[in-house]
Amino acid sequence: MLLKEGQVRIPSGCAISGIFSKDGRRISGENVVKSISVMHDRSNGLGGGFAGYGIYPEYKEFYAFHVFFDSNEARENAETFINRHFDVINLSRIPTRKHPRITDAPLIWRYFIAPLHGKLEESQLDEKEYVARCVFKINTKINGAYVFSSGKNMGVFKAVGFPEDVGEFYKLDEYSGYSWTAHGRYPTNTPGWWGGAHPFSLLDYTIVHNGEISSYDANRRYMEMFGYKCSLLTDTEVITYIFDYLNRKQGISLKDCAAIIAAPFWTEIDKMPEDMKKKFTAIRNVYASLLITGPFSIILGYEGGMMALNDRLKLRSMVAAEKDDLVIVASEESAIRVIYPEVDRIWSPKGGEPVIATLTGGEV
Amino acid sequence: MEVNVKKIYVNEDRCLGCHLCEYYCAFAHSGQKDMVKAFSGEAKPQPRLTIEEGDSINFAVSCRHCETPLCVESCITGAMQIDEDGRVFVDESRCVGCYTCILVCPFGSVIPGKEKAIKKCDLCIESGNPACAENCPNLAIIYEERE
Amino acid sequence: MGINLYAPQYEVNRNQNKCIKCKVCKRQCANEVHSYDQELDVMVADDSKCVDCQRCVSLCPTHALSITKFKNEFKENANWTNRAITEIYKQADTGGVLLSSMGNPVPYPIYWDKLLINASQVTNPSIDPLREPMETRVQLGAKPEKLEFDKDGKLITKLAPQLSINVPIMFSAMSYGSISRNAHESLARAAQELGTCYNTGEGGLNEDFYKYGKNTIVQVASGRFGVHVGYLSAGAAIEIKMGQGAKPGIGGHLPGEKVGEDVSKTRMIPVGSDAISPAPHHDIYSIEDLRQLVFSLKEATAYTKPIIVKIAAVHNVAAIASGIARSGADIIAIDGYRGGTGAAPTRIRDNVGIPIELALASVDQRLRDEGIRNNISLVVAGSIRNSADIVKAIALGADAVYIGTSALIALGCHVCRSCHGGKCNWGIATQRPDLVKRLNPDIGYKRLINLVHAWDHEIKEMLGGMGINAIESLKGNRLMLRGIGLSQKELDILGVMHAGE
Repeated sequence: MLLKEGQVRIPSGCAISGIFSKDGRRISGENVVKSISVMHDRSNGLGGGFAGYGIYPEYKEFYAFHVFFDSNEARENAETFINRHFDVINLSRIPTRKHPRITDAPLIWRYFIAPLHGKLEESQLDEKEYVARCVFKINTKINGAYVFSSGKNMGVFKAVGFPEDVGEFYKLDEYSGYSWTAHGRYPTNTPGWWGGAHPFSLLDYTIVHNGEISSYDANRRYMEMFGYKCSLLTDTEVITYIFDYLNRKQGISLKDCAAIIAAPFWTEIDKMPEDMKKKFTAIRNVYASLLITGPFSIILGYEGGMMALNDRLKLRSMVAAEKDDLVIVASEESAIRVIYPEVDRIWSPKGGEPVIATLTGGEV
Repeated sequence: MEVNVKKIYVNEDRCLGCHLCEYYCAFAHSGQKDMVKAFSGEAKPQPRLTIEEGDSINFAVSCRHCETPLCVESCITGAMQIDEDGRVFVDESRCVGCYTCILVCPFGSVIPGKEKAIKKCDLCIESGNPACAENCPNLAIIYEERE
Repeated sequence: MGINLYAPQYEVNRNQNKCIKCKVCKRQCANEVHSYDQELDVMVADDSKCVDCQRCVSLCPTHALSITKFKNEFKENANWTNRAITEIYKQADTGGVLLSSMGNPVPYPIYWDKLLINASQVTNPSIDPLREPMETRVQLGAKPEKLEFDKDGKLITKLAPQLSINVPIMFSAMSYGSISRNAHESLARAAQELGTCYNTGEGGLNEDFYKYGKNTIVQVASGRFGVHVGYLSAGAAIEIKMGQGAKPGIGGHLPGEKVGEDVSKTRMIPVGSDAISPAPHHDIYSIEDLRQLVFSLKEATAYTKPIIVKIAAVHNVAAIASGIARSGADIIAIDGYRGGTGAAPTRIRDNVGIPIELALASVDQRLRDEGIRNNISLVVAGSIRNSADIVKAIALGADAVYIGTSALIALGCHVCRSCHGGKCNWGIATQRPDLVKRLNPDIGYKRLINLVHAWDHEIKEMLGGMGINAIESLKGNRLMLRGIGLSQKELDILGVMHAGE
């Protein structure tokens, strides 16, 4: 009997791609779809997805919840919850195109919401923590409902299918944003559940991930101490929570986050000057359980920026390029050249060295 | 004369007085390949070193291969000799068993033989690997170069 | 006292055709088993004194000796075994408490042997330890809730003192008194060269050993033997011994015959007196008292040494560990019921305490449930027999392991379990100078280094096979283990799935 994703761990191989405009120019989603489709053979049609930032400028002050529902009943239950905790500005089904290869779609809805002022005050939490907790509540307590995107002015679009088909299905050519990431999946099982595709997101953090983490259970059992329940049993989920914990809750810079999850080797640390040696020894000590071992290349999207990172041994491919104000990252050079045949600079980042791109002006 | 020649050194802190060195030494000089056979006859093979036992100290006494060996000087037949590597050895065919070397050796390393010739440590010249050092269970006997 | 009711336990088998009467067996047996009959020119043996320590067997140059069980059988009885019967004879004779040495030998289940390790294939490459860095360095100690950096990225947070060891293996507490000075010297020198630590046990620390201080954990046990400010400052960490796996609930026991001049000086007790540590620390009757002692020790050493609290694995070990994690201790050491000892009452050694595998799994899970697993580091002991046991222990949640019996075996111990008699033929568990000589520290320390290096290499091979290149990614990584031949309950407690799942 095949277990649903979340009950069994499914390892996979994949493709990832990302485009970021430092000037905050909004680019059509078409480009990133084109990029990922070139890497067709890295997927097996069992999962594809995208994250776009800056795509809802008219609703940029509100949280955009993208939700899967197995049934109308699940939708009603979820909406009751949402209405109790949030002000709903707008709600609708996410517009999609019929596609021959995208079948068994669940109900897909989109809500633009803001936390109810009174409820927020009562909870004594800050806004982001409040929203995150509501997302966890819906995903764990309301059967058949799954919030797969919960950030402001950004959204995740994913399904079971090849990424280019998923892109067509969600009409991504009709969206434009300053940051796009994409993922194509090659899982070694047939989950059949759309929630399992990448990107995985929490608030404005999205992760697309190629790889398999050998340290998964060590990472998961550590994160669960801080209230993060890993319900999907996918490696991607735990990586997203790690960033949320380190960057949002502990206030650690993304560069240092990269140093925690892809920490330098002891042989390097022993040769560092005293200050750096102390810092990295402490990092490997205190955050030992957050070291991610196992091949990975990830692209983290967040409000105002994008970070790409490889594991310490660089066991997965990743190529980065710069063209004018654009930073493009992908699993293969061909995925970059197919959209930008001429680039200013193209290179292969070293294992453990993050590539971070941020908006030059700050806000968009 | 070569100064840095390998010799037998015994650490009295480590010697357990187990006598195994005596038996392995005797066996090494018995001409037999099997230890049981070597000791099976009426005539038992003789060791070239002796264990001195005390209350809390034990020590294996063997030839010091002195730079100016008194035994060589005092040997009446010239059986006791020193070679160019500094090794003091006895030519048993020449030895008449007068025991002058035994009396003269300040360390008591020379042993009366069961037949005519005396017995003394030859640093296992045939194998090049002293059997006592090789088989001491507590590394009390070391074969090495020292100043 | 009437008829001697017990036959010898062991029989000395001598092949007279091979025996060359070199008499090494007679000279080297402290139990006076062998003797030479001048008249008959044969070696003879008194089987009743033999404890099967294998000294004579190892030294015999012609392999003429072997020791077997004395072929004498009581009528077959699964309930009233030979052992059960003879133990009653002993107690009827002496009226005393039965005393034993080393760890629990009863055939309870060994959970290490029912756990299987994963390997990466296809979807995730294994890593080659000969070509890629494979890191086994561990840092033990209390971790802060978070690290803070200034605007230049420099570290601001000050950490509690940590114990940094190059391999996840340390030498367990074995007191000077229960084992010989030469054994301690071997352990100290090996720990120094390996970049790990050894433990003084409750026997205090001989001044000659202060030079190994950076690699020494000094123990404060209920008897407080040898405890003074110099002692506390000499070590790299201080361990409060609340319990020991082999004898939970009672204190240490060193028979008077083992208390000679040096032991007496080091322990600060009279020569020849039995050194009996009381059962509880008489100033620790509750968890808050422990907290007080932890802080007294920290004050005495100006907060420069991590404090370890060592407990025995008993039924509510998870709750106890939780309390200790909140008491200010930096490291918790848990000792399972298979742990060794120099001397302990037989009944307590064989019946009290629980397996370390189960204790470790439940402590690690409980601390994570309470969100405090990062407050302390966990070190486990209680029969770690090989590198696979270590890999499984870390996967269950330990930071590092202590090895006791394994270290002694590396030094030559044959687990004959006669330590309490003080006549250890291998020079390990004795104070008689003529016997202590038999353990040459120059040989001993090298053998310990060899053992730990070999295990470290094997651990690296297994880590690489799992696709892991740093030991911290194995810590608590239960998905790397599967159980085999275990009941659902056992699987639940261990937190692992069954093989095939």
